[in-house]
Amino acid sequence: MAVAGEELPSVDSDHDLPGRERSLPATPLPVTAVSSTPALRLSGISKRFGPLRANDAISFELKRGEVIALLGENGAGKTTLMNILFGHYVADEGTVEAFGKPLPPGDPRAALDAGIGMVHQHFTLADNMTVQENIALGTQSLWRMRLNRAAARRRIEQLSADFGLTVDPAATVATLSVGERQRVEILKALYREARILILDEPTAVLTPAETDALFRTLKLLVAKGLSIIFISHKLHEVMAVSDRVLVLRSGQLVGERDTASTDRKELAALMVGQEVKSAKVSPMKRGAPLLALERVSTAPYNGSGLDEVSLTLTAGEITGLAGVAGNGQAVLAALIAGIRRQVRGNISIAGQDVADWSPRAALAHGVARIPEDRHAIGSIGDMSVTENVIAERYRSPRFSRMGFLNWKASRQFAEKLIADYEVKCPSPEARIRLLSGGNMQKLILGRALDPDPTVILASQPTRGLDVGAVAYVHRMLLEARDRGAAVLLISEDLEEVLALSDRIIVMSKGRLSTPSSRGERSIRELGELMAGHSGEHSDHAA
Amino acid sequence: MDALEILFTASFWVAAIRIASPLIFATMGELICERAGVLNLGIEGIMTAGAFAGWFTVYSGGDLWAGVLVAALVGALFGLLHATLTVPLGLSQHVVGIGVTLLATSLTYFTYRLVLPEVTSPPKIEPFQPLAVPGLSEIPVVGEALFTQTPLTYLAFVSVAAVAWILYRTPVGLAVRAAGENPSAVEAQGISVTGIRMGAVAVGSALMAVGGAFLTISAFNSFFFQMINGRGWICIALVVFGSWRPGKALIGAILFAAFDAYQVRLQQISGGIVPYQVFLMMPYALSILALILVARRATYPKALMIPYQKGER
Repeated sequence: MAVAGEELPSVDSDHDLPGRERSLPATPLPVTAVSSTPALRLSGISKRFGPLRANDAISFELKRGEVIALLGENGAGKTTLMNILFGHYVADEGTVEAFGKPLPPGDPRAALDAGIGMVHQHFTLADNMTVQENIALGTQSLWRMRLNRAAARRRIEQLSADFGLTVDPAATVATLSVGERQRVEILKALYREARILILDEPTAVLTPAETDALFRTLKLLVAKGLSIIFISHKLHEVMAVSDRVLVLRSGQLVGERDTASTDRKELAALMVGQEVKSAKVSPMKRGAPLLALERVSTAPYNGSGLDEVSLTLTAGEITGLAGVAGNGQAVLAALIAGIRRQVRGNISIAGQDVADWSPRAALAHGVARIPEDRHAIGSIGDMSVTENVIAERYRSPRFSRMGFLNWKASRQFAEKLIADYEVKCPSPEARIRLLSGGNMQKLILGRALDPDPTVILASQPTRGLDVGAVAYVHRMLLEARDRGAAVLLISEDLEEVLALSDRIIVMSKGRLSTPSSRGERSIRELGELMAGHSGEHSDHAA
Repeated sequence: MDALEILFTASFWVAAIRIASPLIFATMGELICERAGVLNLGIEGIMTAGAFAGWFTVYSGGDLWAGVLVAALVGALFGLLHATLTVPLGLSQHVVGIGVTLLATSLTYFTYRLVLPEVTSPPKIEPFQPLAVPGLSEIPVVGEALFTQTPLTYLAFVSVAAVAWILYRTPVGLAVRAAGENPSAVEAQGISVTGIRMGAVAVGSALMAVGGAFLTISAFNSFFFQMINGRGWICIALVVFGSWRPGKALIGAILFAAFDAYQVRLQQISGGIVPYQVFLMMPYALSILALILVARRATYPKALMIPYQKGER
């Protein structure tokens, strides 16, 4: 489709890599001499945001028909670099060439016309419009008096069939699942005859099955001569899809490896800058039941509600709750934290029914929470670190007396947490929203763990954190468990659930699967449970 | 005459459609702005300015259609002022909207005093005259109501069809709807969000101003202070009532106008037992009721009132 009249490079598809086993029957590739001009050449790209060097003199080439993985932790500058490439940002220095022609900076239209398509991490779709309207947007002159709808529809159907991107062109985007929305994003790029496709963290929102389908589509695209940049911080995916890996750290390109000649361990070390030790799991010492839900049902909240859910959290055990977002995890977490109430069923703490359940009651009963969204719920961005760390306990005699806050004790507490948890922050007076995600999460973790809670509710505790911070959070949760706390770990990251949990439960459509103990079910079995019985989740927009 | 009988008289419906016309123009204008993601609270002032601009053009010897055109241009200018402040500069749409209303209203009154310092009673012009559509206007009640109106009323109906066509059937309409829902979708497809939003506000404001001009050069024949009298605010509610759809908003405008025409006639037959203020209140009370019933579940354009800054972190 895309490179008619131009020579196609041969693609080295013999790499013996994990994930390559999944490849489809090999599509015969046009074997010709490798064209000399690369699909993309970035030279000396630098971009500063205030004092932060988001990109520092980055140069690389993308060959035609090649899949490059751009690997790096959050804040390493991956997304900034791609936004410069696509014209959302203007670089301070450096140039971009597409197929040998310089790309004018700061102009998405020029990038599109040069054949660059981008699938953003946060989808750029208008929910109120149909799939077809979203795809056609901007592809016809704005001054036409009439949309050419029939032709658009035919082309979308053709592309869908060619690349296994099934989606109904007439469906309103608001009704689509996350996986379907991503397909629409890819179709948008293909519709414009993109020859370079940039995917920014494309698997963050997908189930394992959807991820496999995406990888199959990518292979078809490469077979048609497209070049792909795949942005990720998940090592196993990078190993599975790419030909070459570029590693970014703190805005600099710190390493470049052929995927065939590297391994996950080396890449992780490059990415973090030091060797990463995964948390050691000591044998479990199970104690008494601490918190029990008995046939609890709730109204829907941020997705599905709960449907007759029974769950017991036991001291000294990490219970991992896996599942695709929107299947009731949000309401379960809110229920345990006291934010939502059940319609039916009982909650008991240490065998005693709790009648008057509220956020304050939950805290008083020793329930600590690490909220799912650390920005929206876990912290108050424009208040200081000190104010944030006492937010859950400002009424306790330690931090206030007769309605007056004890700032000295509060500040000391903040300083203690900053020291104990190695938080990088200018001072306890700094507004918390200026902290990085990892540092903010460390403070929230410290706030939750300091009063030595008996029940720990950890919702997506490592979402968006980099490898170092993830390891830290995992270590802290395991230590709390070893001290005898009951931990409920709610996570969409299956690897995390598998690594930490003594007991794994899968949540689907507001119901819980039967629990399995460590190592009992494979990723694939859990994936099937996550997909539910019908296998299709509609309407769980992230 | 019986209270119910009124509803079946042609003269009642003729009045209702006439009262609806300025609302239709201005509601379409507001709808375009909001679909693009900009709440335009300048509507009340822009209508005032349009009413004066249209009337003054005709008063100074211009053609009636020239009056419409000048009103639209004045409206577009105030729209551009609003859009410059709210779109590229990203200021609060509430504050800017109220500011534009105050500015446009005051400038209008000031200009009126400046150009007509000696006048005590508002000077009159020769307004648009009703133009019966041959054939259609002879259909009883419905035909009379719809087809014995002035050309400007016909234009109001045409504007609804045009807005609906543009929003749903043209590439630029797609871009406007996407800009109000998720502006990053517009930018990712290589279209300027700023351009789309500013254009939508300018065009929408032009329509609002024509709605104002309808009052001075079609419904009445002179300009006086306070003549917009809250019609702009009603149009904001009508957009919500119509769930941001041109057809439903048209029905809302006609409904409101019918209430208004009805209460005037009820006052005449009530014999003064009920205070007339109760009747005056009726259309507004019923509008609130209708909003509660119809628009409670209306889905807002998601990016309404959210400024878009390209490349913001």
